[in-house]
Amino acid sequence: MMDYKVPTMAEMAARNETPEILFWVGCAGAFDDRYKKVTIAFAKILNHAGIRFAVLGTEESCTGDPARRAGNEFAFQMLAMSNIQVLDMYSVKKIVTACPHCFNTLKNEYPGLGGNYEVIHHSEFLQQLINERKIRPADGQPFQGKKITFHDSCYLGRANGIYNAPREVLHALDADLVEMKRSRAKGLCCGAGGAQMFKEPEKGTKDINIERIEEALSTGAETIAVGCPFCMIMMTDGLKNKNKEDSVRIYDLAELIAQAGNF
Amino acid sequence: MTIIQQILFILSLGIAAWLVSRRILIISKTIRLGKDENLTDQPGQRLATMMRIAFGQKKMFDKPWVGLLHFMVYAGFLLINIEVLEIILDGITGRHRLFEPLLGDFYPVLIGFFEILALAVLVACSIFLVRRSTGIVSRLQPTRHRELRNWPQLDGKLILIAEIVLMMAILTMNAADSTLQDLDNPHYPQTGTFLISQFLKPVFAGWNEHGLVIYERIAWWVHILGIFAFALYVTYSKHLHIALAFPNTYFTRLVPKGEMKNMPEITSEVRIMLGIDNPPHSEVQAVPERFGARDVQDLSWKNLMDAYSCTECGRCTAACPANITGKKLSPRKIMMDTRDRLEDIGQNMLANKGTFSDDGKALIGDYILEEEILACTTCNACVQECPVLINPLDIILQLRRYKAMDEAKVPASWNMMFQNIDTNQAPWKFAPGDRFNWAESLPK
Repeated sequence: MMDYKVPTMAEMAARNETPEILFWVGCAGAFDDRYKKVTIAFAKILNHAGIRFAVLGTEESCTGDPARRAGNEFAFQMLAMSNIQVLDMYSVKKIVTACPHCFNTLKNEYPGLGGNYEVIHHSEFLQQLINERKIRPADGQPFQGKKITFHDSCYLGRANGIYNAPREVLHALDADLVEMKRSRAKGLCCGAGGAQMFKEPEKGTKDINIERIEEALSTGAETIAVGCPFCMIMMTDGLKNKNKEDSVRIYDLAELIAQAGNF
Repeated sequence: MTIIQQILFILSLGIAAWLVSRRILIISKTIRLGKDENLTDQPGQRLATMMRIAFGQKKMFDKPWVGLLHFMVYAGFLLINIEVLEIILDGITGRHRLFEPLLGDFYPVLIGFFEILALAVLVACSIFLVRRSTGIVSRLQPTRHRELRNWPQLDGKLILIAEIVLMMAILTMNAADSTLQDLDNPHYPQTGTFLISQFLKPVFAGWNEHGLVIYERIAWWVHILGIFAFALYVTYSKHLHIALAFPNTYFTRLVPKGEMKNMPEITSEVRIMLGIDNPPHSEVQAVPERFGARDVQDLSWKNLMDAYSCTECGRCTAACPANITGKKLSPRKIMMDTRDRLEDIGQNMLANKGTFSDDGKALIGDYILEEEILACTTCNACVQECPVLINPLDIILQLRRYKAMDEAKVPASWNMMFQNIDTNQAPWKFAPGDRFNWAESLPK
């Protein structure tokens, strides 16, 4: 059994060390019970791959994405500027995060406020680790030949054009990747973006996550892969609504890799 | 006789030019009501985008058959204008087929080519008209989309009918012309047979020379007056996209779709609040008059050009998750409402000696409903789908900023989220000190 270590930036700074990457956990990754498992899986992967990383721990704050998209620019900029102060204090150069909303904000919106970092989504980072053979996910082979469908998150796909990295990560599992009718640039939102996660949906004929889970289920896949905490929460709710939690599972890319590698 | 026609022609050309330029003036005046936004960086990239998207119609081919039909109408429209040039010069000079002596043997080849285009336009427009009228395309149905009721629905059909009539006029005009050539009428130069219209000649077989000349003249006048009317009509219609698609794609935002516009007017205040800057009182910037957008004047000129460029095809709305699941939001309606507001302001300006007199209305509330902008998931599907790179999301987000910051009117649960962010630095109610607790469950 491996000893897992998750050093904080403060600890590293005290030892006069600098990590290769900062793992930006995000609020969902830190507080949501389901998504904490993803955070843990990714921390295990980083340990196994021998990556020198650190987290901010209690010094991390929300990036401000939901506040900004709900129209509250003041709240967004307050968070963004204090995050930039912290990041710059530790001279952070490279950030990896599992949340596409954090990813988009850190990568595209912090530069406008003076925060310039190389920001990588964990799907791209996992792809790199696999390509460099730092992790060998298919060793355990629990997904070989199993039908998996990938739900594109808007903030990774359309917002930033990342469609291939998550699919290549899934290919490394030797799984049978099936596409939903609406995928890639035509993908359908889970319904949570733009701060919808934090309020009831407007009146309609159906909730968006129900429409999307129906589409995912119609592929016949027994595993639905996601790369975003919001998508995870919305799709899981949809699955419960359809009473399919026993036959179909929803996992984040990092969890699939960690399971496959027996981490 | 010819001189009267020449005078009438020059007169109608002048009136058409005056009416069209008056419209262009008022449209550009309303676009310039918008705020400044600098979109002139990277000219090479911009030109390439325009060539690919507007000139090359790239996004139209996402649906290959529709793309092909639309391309036929588009290519026909662009190239037949060369023939229109000849028609205008003929009209002014009182000559007939002015280019014929210059081009010689190539002339009938050229006309034949235009006739193929005319036939292609005729076929494509007929298919589009049937498609639009039979209800096979959900996004074009007023029963399904309230923003299409009344005028927009009629507008979509009128232009198709107009194009069919114009193309029939040009083809039958050429057929009558050929028949007159066969009769050696001195006013009609011998050009040889035309590629498509020769098959229409049997229609004119029993006609006498006088009747043929009258028909040829009527068809000529219908065609050219139709084009003048079309040019004016387009400025009132969704079909303005035929002109604005080009500048609109040139001036598109060249940043990742996920990047939301910054508000620099807030940054200095935030820096002071965080104690990063400590300027003397005199240097504290004035608080802007308004946060976000309440009306079109608060949007950028590009948002407003977007509105005039929208052809109401509804691909945005068909891809919108909120609309798909029955919510009131339709990105197409956001663009149509913005344009309607601009048209109303334009009329207001015309009636008030060129300046806008406050009519007590606003884009949000009187045109776009709060419920619509609240339903947006910011997924960028509408932005992705637009064939001419319109960005409805940008407008939605600016209206949200007005609601959140100027009116402080957002759903209670969003206020709760803002509060959590304020006190816990997270959108959920968790203690910031617990943020690192997840690591405890890792085996050590």
